[in-house]
Amino acid sequence: MQELSLNVLDIAQNSIRAGANLIQISVLERTEDAFLEISISDNGCGMTPEQVEHVMDPFFTTRTTRKVGLGVPFFKMSAEATGGDFSIASQPGVGTKTTARYHTDHIDMLPIGDMNATILALITMNPALDFVYTRSVNEKQYVLDTRELKEVLEGVPLDTPEVALYLKEALEEGTAALEKPASDTN
Amino acid sequence: MKSLEELKAIRDRVKSSVDIREDNSNKIRVVVGMATCGIAAGARPVLAAFTEEVAKRGLHNVTVTQTGCIGICQYEPVVEIFDADGNKTTYVKMTAEKVAKVVTDHLVNGNVVTEYTIGSINMK
Repeated sequence: MQELSLNVLDIAQNSIRAGANLIQISVLERTEDAFLEISISDNGCGMTPEQVEHVMDPFFTTRTTRKVGLGVPFFKMSAEATGGDFSIASQPGVGTKTTARYHTDHIDMLPIGDMNATILALITMNPALDFVYTRSVNEKQYVLDTRELKEVLEGVPLDTPEVALYLKEALEEGTAALEKPASDTN
Repeated sequence: MKSLEELKAIRDRVKSSVDIREDNSNKIRVVVGMATCGIAAGARPVLAAFTEEVAKRGLHNVTVTQTGCIGICQYEPVVEIFDADGNKTTYVKMTAEKVAKVVTDHLVNGNVVTEYTIGSINMK
């Protein structure tokens, strides 16, 4: 994986497989502390403590096509390589929360990459599910909640081309505003 | 800033045309492999290119969707296209650049782009 947004896309697939209908993805950054936290939390079927141990092991997978599963180990490695940490909190029947924390000033820090493309792919590929995307840089925050959008859409699916285009632009505008200096409020 | 008003306008426009779409019998399904192997090999830009091309051309009979690992990781990004009769075409080592040709030739005109299919790959 060349960028962290791809890890997020990959890890979110696990939530989808776990039967979640609400997936919350948050990317929180504090530039002053060179701190970044990415978390993916779902209301899927959850895992027992033994299963949590298993998924961190590259030679464990639920898939039947091959004997290796690298999604979670890759994500874990990306955080630990920067001196950060990684954890999975899970409860059967409740859900799973995967959290990775990074020291962004470390030489092995990967770029966050195109997180908007990841979020857009997840939403348009899974229009029946709900996603809450929270992106914050220092004190500024942007939130996209598909449940709010669905209220407006009245049954028009999120993967309708016109709606997908709207989402793409909304994500780009919303997150671009986070990068601006605090004095520029427009 | 994108407003919810704008989304409402889109909703109303789409709603008035949605009946035509549901009637369409010539359904084509584009399935992109999005497991760890696919994503690491570059499936996301391929998926984005399909979504965009299909939207741009207004191909309302085409749905773009995803699947997990289908077991040929060395050929990722893999894209399977199912036509209305259930025939499957498997495209391998896809790129965003190849997508335009697949959309024009295969999705619009019904001609498989043989050179990108798994049958044309040199088995090593």
